[in-house]
Amino acid sequence: MTSPKELRAQGATPMVEMNDISIAFGGVKAVDKVSVDLHPGEVVGLLGHNGAGKSTLIKVLSGAYQMDSGEIRINGNKVEITNPRDARTHNIETIYQTLALADNLDAASNLFLGREITTPFGLVNDAAMEAECRKIMGGLNPNFRKFSEPVSALSGGQRQSVAIARAVYFNAKILIMDEPTAALGPHETQMVAELIQQLKAQGIGIFLIDHDVHAVMELCDRASVMKNGQLVGTVDIDDVTDDDLLSMIILGKKPEAAAA
Amino acid sequence: MTETTSQPIPEQQKRGLFQQLELDMRLLGMIGAFVILCIGFNILTDGRFLTPRNIFNLTIQTVSVAIMATGMVFVIVTRHIDLSVGALLATCSAVMAMTQTELLPHVLGLGLNHPVTWAVTIVVGLAAGTLIGAFHGWMVGYLTIPAFIVTLGGLLVWRNVAWYMTDGQTIGPLDKTFMMFGGINGTMGTTWSWIIGLVAAALAVAAILNGRRAKLAHEFPVKPIWAETVICGLTAGSILGFVWILNSYQIPARRLKRMMEAQGETMPEGLVVGYGLPISVLILIGVAVVMTIVAQRTRLGRYIFATGGNPDAAELSGINTRMLTVKIFALMGFLCALSAVVASARLANHSNDIGTLDELRVIAAAVIGGTALSGGIGTIYGAILGALIMQSLHSGMAMVGVDAPFQNIVVGTVLVAAVWIDIVYRKRLGAK
Repeated sequence: MTSPKELRAQGATPMVEMNDISIAFGGVKAVDKVSVDLHPGEVVGLLGHNGAGKSTLIKVLSGAYQMDSGEIRINGNKVEITNPRDARTHNIETIYQTLALADNLDAASNLFLGREITTPFGLVNDAAMEAECRKIMGGLNPNFRKFSEPVSALSGGQRQSVAIARAVYFNAKILIMDEPTAALGPHETQMVAELIQQLKAQGIGIFLIDHDVHAVMELCDRASVMKNGQLVGTVDIDDVTDDDLLSMIILGKKPEAAAA
Repeated sequence: MTETTSQPIPEQQKRGLFQQLELDMRLLGMIGAFVILCIGFNILTDGRFLTPRNIFNLTIQTVSVAIMATGMVFVIVTRHIDLSVGALLATCSAVMAMTQTELLPHVLGLGLNHPVTWAVTIVVGLAAGTLIGAFHGWMVGYLTIPAFIVTLGGLLVWRNVAWYMTDGQTIGPLDKTFMMFGGINGTMGTTWSWIIGLVAAALAVAAILNGRRAKLAHEFPVKPIWAETVICGLTAGSILGFVWILNSYQIPARRLKRMMEAQGETMPEGLVVGYGLPISVLILIGVAVVMTIVAQRTRLGRYIFATGGNPDAAELSGINTRMLTVKIFALMGFLCALSAVVASARLANHSNDIGTLDELRVIAAAVIGGTALSGGIGTIYGAILGALIMQSLHSGMAMVGVDAPFQNIVVGTVLVAAVWIDIVYRKRLGAK
């Protein structure tokens, strides 16, 4: 398979292009003419302070927010994403920072929420969903046991597994991860890192929002840095150091050497 | 991601007798409270409380509130409230009373007891209730006005729309067939009641076995055979026991004689006929079954509970929560109209104060039945049991001779205590 870097060098059409996206809340420009793109098998990190607009930008792609201006292209075609259902039809899946789980339902119900397996009579088939859930979890988190309890009874890592399983199970092509390791211990963080490598190898494109510069350096191919709603710049990870990224985040200046 | 090793299913451990039955402890607790209540009243009334006659009356008095309580479960589960159900019941009752006594006889020329009158009346009533409910839901879901406000306004509006439509007068008598939905005027008779009871028991057992088969097909743990047999036996036993009690309430000889004379027959000496299942109770059972299936086995139900547990998660999972709100309130409106049929048929007329304070009884029934106002939790059978417990309290205290003010004081106290016990119980379990 051609690497993401080669694809970019060849000038191939990215699988996601977000061009000149702007969105304002009550006069405050949360995102101001930001453009980012993503190739198959690529991990693009989104960095910035709290309130820099990373989550807002990405929620435009996942359908949770609607942009005021700009355009989104999937595989070169302009698309309209006005709600989470639209995003799902374009195989865009999101793991939210808040995990977005219904605490009162069990793991299988959360995993299949919005796309339940049904019997021929149109009733939900809980037994089939639980069986599928056990299968998926077997590969993802072998320590997962609590299938018949509401997810409120699960640990942070287990809840994270459910959220990840939900995003990955339905043939995601484009994956958005909003601080996927924020609530996790070291072991589970390592698990997520391995998962990202695995998904990358399958040609899935990933937007990774993270505070941790080291994690981004380790996992990502490129990084886009935002400050005060504007894009500071997008750099190739191979061309920059941790310090370069930090100065982009803090000072909002793009290093001279790394013009990606 | 492509691994197919399934998660191992834990070995069944040796557990207590009750745990092996896998009974819902909460349901058991409520049934226990209900049984203690009944036995207590039975002792205080020298055995008058648990007679077939009183049980018959108790069930038909519970139907109207219980039907609405099942809908209220969905409303409360999604973190809304409906304060307008009593007023909506009054409007639907007024619409139906006017349809059968004014509109159909005078405008369309169909008589009061014309064979289609009752059917047209009910269709009109149900449509009115559903539309008004959907309108409430639209204001809550799309205009984002809090449900408390929408239905508080609705309480005033619909109570007085009903008043305006009927000029505040009592409308009656109603259509004879229509009145069969009220309870004592429409029962199935003993033979049909037994047939219905047997079919229901068979279906219930079949449903239990079907669930077991589905679990076995995926090699999930199942209860031991003896536990399954006990559950089947209990279920079938309580259905048939209920039918037996209602069948034992005999039509008084004088009333039976009049009924037979009306049909041009003479009553043979010593003839004994039981009432059997009232049609209104059959309607409630039908509502309970359908609503339980909706809650547990349909996408609509799954989305209702997901939205109650975490509205944001539901929205982000692609669920159209606004439309869902419209559906829930439309369903609530439909059930209010159904209750209006039963309530006005039972009273044999439409009176201006019909359904007054029902909103509080319905909410109390749902809450006593374990529906949490914080959303996401509630059961249909709980709400019906809650309605039954409240009606038993009222009726039992009236039989014992407790003064009216004390009756309400006791019911109010029970409501608060029941919710407190529920909170303590949930904390013990460690759930939210």
